[in-house]
Amino acid sequence: MKILTGNDLGTGDVIWWAGDGWSRQVGDSVDVGDKGEELARSEEAALRVVGAYVIDATVTDEGVRPAHIKDRIRALGPTVRPDLTLKPNDADAGNWVI
Amino acid sequence: MYRYDSYDQSIVDARVEEFRDQVQRRLAGQLTEDQFKPLRLMNGLYLQLHAYMLRVAIPYGTLNARQMRKLGEIARKYDRGYGHFTTRTNLQYNWIKLADAPDILAELATVEMHAIQTSGNCIRNISSDQYAGVSADEVADPRPWAELLRQWSTFHPEFTYLPRKFKICVIASEEDRAAMKLHDIGLKLVSRDGQVGAEVYAGGGMGRTPMVAPLIRDFVPEDEIVPYLEACLRVYNRYGRRDNKYKARIKILVHELGVQEYKRQVEDEFAHMRELGLNPPVEELARIRLFFANPAYEQGLSEEIDRADPAFALWVDRQVAAHKQPGYAIVNISLKPRGGIPGDASAEQIELVADLAEQYSLDELRVTHAQNLVLPHVKKADLYAIWQKLDEAGLAEANLDLITDIIACPGLDYCSLANARSIPLAQKLSERFADTGRQKELGELKVKISGCINACGHHHAGHIGVLGVDRKGVENFQLSLGGSGAEDASVGQITGPGFSEDGVVEAIEKVTDLYLAQREEGERFLDTYRRIGMKPFKEAIYG
Repeated sequence: MKILTGNDLGTGDVIWWAGDGWSRQVGDSVDVGDKGEELARSEEAALRVVGAYVIDATVTDEGVRPAHIKDRIRALGPTVRPDLTLKPNDADAGNWVI
Repeated sequence: MYRYDSYDQSIVDARVEEFRDQVQRRLAGQLTEDQFKPLRLMNGLYLQLHAYMLRVAIPYGTLNARQMRKLGEIARKYDRGYGHFTTRTNLQYNWIKLADAPDILAELATVEMHAIQTSGNCIRNISSDQYAGVSADEVADPRPWAELLRQWSTFHPEFTYLPRKFKICVIASEEDRAAMKLHDIGLKLVSRDGQVGAEVYAGGGMGRTPMVAPLIRDFVPEDEIVPYLEACLRVYNRYGRRDNKYKARIKILVHELGVQEYKRQVEDEFAHMRELGLNPPVEELARIRLFFANPAYEQGLSEEIDRADPAFALWVDRQVAAHKQPGYAIVNISLKPRGGIPGDASAEQIELVADLAEQYSLDELRVTHAQNLVLPHVKKADLYAIWQKLDEAGLAEANLDLITDIIACPGLDYCSLANARSIPLAQKLSERFADTGRQKELGELKVKISGCINACGHHHAGHIGVLGVDRKGVENFQLSLGGSGAEDASVGQITGPGFSEDGVVEAIEKVTDLYLAQREEGERFLDTYRRIGMKPFKEAIYG
C-alpha cells in the first residue's frame, strides 16, 4: 500500500494521512493509491503539513508497517528514548523498527 | 570572556525580529516552504526526523554560567527537558515548535547567544581548543583570534553564499585537541623570532571525501591573518565546484588544483588584499584581547589533593588536567555515562554545570568537540566538592579518551540524513567495555561513530571508526582503524565487509584483544596499529 506522511507545519510532529485528516498514529494511515502527490500538494497549500511524501507500507498483524526503517523510526520516535516515543510504557517498542 | 558591545547586541536582536516576521508569514501562508526553508536554516532551524531541531551556536565552545543556565531553561520550557552537545561544540534541541523558535532566539539574545551560522553555506561557528587560555603549552591564547574571526565572518557579505559550508579552527598548542587539520581552514598560532603568527592549513575535512589539511603557509604575521584568510576564501569562492554539491568543499579544490597552485593563487590574492589595506584595525584586536586577560587567580594555593576516596582518585587521574596557574586544575566532565547517549544532558544537568562554573570555575565553562564539558579554572582544593556534586548528577564518569568516551552523531534516531542509528551502538559498546580496569588497560582509544557518510560523528578520525550505512533497508556498519583527529591527524582505513550492530561490537572486541596481545611498551592502540598495519587486524576480525 501507499501511505502519505509529513510533519505538522506548526509543531513539527510526524503525521500520517488518515483519509479525512492527519493522525499522529501510523496505524491510522490509509492507502492513498496514486493520489498521494496530489494530496500532499493540497495539504501543504492548506498549511496543515510540511515536507509531505508518499511511502510504501504493508499491513501486518501489528497494523500498518512502513517499508523503510527510517519511516518506522519516524512512526515510533527515537528508539534510544522510549519515554519520548508514542509507546512510552513499552520498553521493547524499539524492536518494532528493526 | 568576550561580552557583546552595542553592535553585537543590535545585530542579534534585529535578526530575531526579522525571523519572527518570517515565521509569522510562513504560518500565515505568505511564504511557501521553498521560500522559508533557507530563511529558517540561516537561523539554525532544521526540520528533522521527528520535529524541528534548533542548533544553537556556542562560539569556540565557550559559555558563562548565565548562558549555560539559559540553555537548561530553554530545554525545560520549550523542548523535552534535554539538549544534545555536538561535535561542532554547539547545542541542539530536538523537539522545537515553529511558533516558539523566535521566542527561543529572543531568550538566547538576552544572554548574548544566537543560532546564526549554524547552517548554510557560510563560515560556520569558529572552533578552538577547550583548554584555550589555561594550557601551559600554548604560544598565545587562541580565543581573541576565534572571536575576531567570529566578528569578521558574521554576515560577511562576500562569504554568505559560498560553494559549501566552511569551518575554521584556531589552536595555539602543539597538542591538537580540536581536530584542527580536519577543518576547511586550520590556524595554529606559532611564535617566530618573538613574533606571534599562524601556520595555515587549508583543505581538510571529513564527509564523503576525508582529507587532512596540508600546510599552505608556515607563518602569517598576526596582523595579516585576516587578510590572508580573506584571500583563501576568495580563491575558494571563485573556483569552488558550485556545479556539484559533493565536490564543492575547499578540500576538493585544493586537491584538484594541487597544494602549490592553490597556494600560488592565494598568495596573488593576498598581495592584492595588502594593496587594499583591509587589515582589521589593531585597536579592535586589542579591545577583544582585554576580555581574555587572565582572571583574578588566587595566589599561594595548595597543590595538595586528598585522594583518600578511591573513586575520587580514579576520577582525578582521568578527568583532571594540568592548569597553567599553580593551585588550579582543568576539570573534564564526561557526557558519556555507562550506557548513556553521548552528548546528551538533561536540563537539570545543564543547570548543575552552570552552577558549578559559577561557584568553582570563575564563571566559565567549555564544550569540547568530543561532546564533553570542561570547567577551566578550578582550585584543586575544590575538586572533591565538585566531584561529589557531579557524581550525584550522574556526571562523574572517569573515561576521558578511553574506549567508552565515544563520539556519536544523533544518527537515525533523530537525523533525517542518517542511514543507520549511531547511539544504540555507542550504548552497546559502552556497556561491553564498562569495566574500569579493562578500559584503563586499553588506554587511550578513541571510538567515533557516524550514522551516514556526512561524518558528523568523525568516524574517519577515530582510532576505531564506525560508519552506519543502509544496505537494502537494513542497518549495516563499516569498521575503520587508524584515524586520528589530533596533531598526528590521519584518516582511518576500512577493514573490509560491514557488520550488523552486534557484529561490529564483536569485531571491536577482537580488535582490542589483538591490540593487547601485540602492543609494545608504552604504545597506544593507534601506535600499535601504525606499527603492525591493517593485515593482522583483518585476520583477527574476518578469520
